[in-house]
Amino acid sequence: MKRILVLGGGIGGTLVANLIARKLKKEEAEITLISASQRHIYQPVWLYIPFSMDDIRSASKPLKNLLNKRIKLVLGNITQLDAGIQKVTLEDGQQIDYDFLVVATGSHPSPEDVPGFKEGAHFFYTEDSASRLRVALEEFRGGKIVVGVGGLPHKCPVAPLEFTFLVEHFLNKRKLRDKTELTYTYPLNRVFTIESAAGYAQTLLEQRNVQIETFFNLEEVDPENKVIRSMEGTELPYDLLVMIPPHRGAKFLQGNPIADEQGWVKTNRNTLQVTGFDNIWAMGDTTDIPISKAGSVTHFEAPVVAERLVATLRKTTPHKKHAEYGGKVLCFIETGYGTATKLEFDYQNPPKTPKPNRMIRLEKILFNKAYFFLVPTGRI
Amino acid sequence: MQGITFTKEVDARGTFCPGPLMEMIRAVKSCSLGDVVAVISSDEGSRKDIPAWIEKAKQEFLGEEAVTGGYRLYCRKIK
Repeated sequence: MKRILVLGGGIGGTLVANLIARKLKKEEAEITLISASQRHIYQPVWLYIPFSMDDIRSASKPLKNLLNKRIKLVLGNITQLDAGIQKVTLEDGQQIDYDFLVVATGSHPSPEDVPGFKEGAHFFYTEDSASRLRVALEEFRGGKIVVGVGGLPHKCPVAPLEFTFLVEHFLNKRKLRDKTELTYTYPLNRVFTIESAAGYAQTLLEQRNVQIETFFNLEEVDPENKVIRSMEGTELPYDLLVMIPPHRGAKFLQGNPIADEQGWVKTNRNTLQVTGFDNIWAMGDTTDIPISKAGSVTHFEAPVVAERLVATLRKTTPHKKHAEYGGKVLCFIETGYGTATKLEFDYQNPPKTPKPNRMIRLEKILFNKAYFFLVPTGRI
Repeated sequence: MQGITFTKEVDARGTFCPGPLMEMIRAVKSCSLGDVVAVISSDEGSRKDIPAWIEKAKQEFLGEEAVTGGYRLYCRKIK
C-alpha cells in the first residue's frame, strides 16, 4: 500500500487530502496529514477583528471534524523534510516516510525581517495581532494613521486596501475622520498590482480623502521617532501604523533544496509539481509561482494536485478536466459602507472590476459564513 | 543586450498578480550589492513600470531584450 503524506492543515492541505481520500480506494493508499494546529483556521475573518465586526472564535473549527475519517491526523511542528529519502521529521523526533507528498504549509508573516517592525507596527494577519489592533483602534482619538504593505510577497493581496476602506468607514462612524490624516502606501507605482483594479481603487481612495504614497518599499520602522522609511528614500510620520509584514514560507522549507532562500517551494505553475520531484506537489501560498497568495488559489489548485497525484499512483494519465491549473483567482474586496467588489482572473485574462455594491458584499459574507461547510470538505 | 550576465532570473511571463515588477523589487531586495537581476515579463506595462521603479529606487537599469513571449529586463543593485 502506498503512503500519501500531506503537510499543512489549512485550506489547501485539508481540501486536497479530502479529495484524494474520495478518489482512492482504501486498499490503494493510506493518507496522513500533518498539521501544526488542531484547529483549521479561516484567515479572512481576521480582517474584521480590528473593527469588532466578527468574532475570533468564528475563524476556526477542529481540523479533525473537517477531515475524511480515513485520513490520519498527526499534530506537530515539522522540523525537516528530506525529499531524497522521502522522510519528514517532527519536533518531537517522530519520523514519517512517504511515497507521495503534498506540501501545503502556507505563508507566514515575518515582521522580524524589517528593523523596528515588531516594536512599532500593528498588523492583522494573526489572531493575536488582529486582537491587539482592535484595542489600538478602540483607543485611537485622532492623528496620523499609515496603512501599507511592508514586504513582498504577502498573503491576500487585497487585504491592505480592504483594511483602508474599512478603517476610513470606522473613523467616520466614530466622528474621528476629520481629526485623522489617513495614508496608504504601496510598493508599486500604483495602489494595487493589477492596473485595471488599481485605477478603480485609487479613485475610491481619493474620494475618501486618503493620501497615497506609491513606490514605497518599507526599509525600517523607527518606533522611537514614530517614522517609517522606504528603500526609495521616503520618510512618513505616524501615530498608528498598520503594515502588512513581509512573509516567508514555513521555517523547515527555508534553506531546503526544494525551496528558494525565503522558503517558497519551486513549483511548476501548471502541473503544480515540485521541480525535480515526480512524487511531490506544492500548492497555495507555499509555492514560488508569481501569483496571488490567496485562499482561492489553493482552492482551485486542489483538484489538479489530487488528480495528478492519483494518476501518478495509478500510473494513468490525469483527466483533462483537472490536468492543469490555469491560474484562476477569485478575490472579494471590502470597500466599506456595506459594499464590496471582486476580482476574478487567470493566467490569460486580466480581471474586470465590477462597481462596488451591496450584493457582492452579501455574497462575500455568505461565503465566509458557509466556508467551513463548503470548502475544506470539497463540496464546491 | 545579449551577453549580460545575470545573478538571478525570475520568469514572470503570464502573470498579472503579484506581477513582474513585484518580482523585480523582491529580487533586488534579497540580492547583494553589484548583483544583476533579470525579470522576464509578458506584460507590456512592465517595460514602463520596471525602469520607473529602478530610477525611483536609485538602482541601475541595464536595458531590455525581446525574448519568446515577452521581454527580459535587467537591473543592477548599486545601493
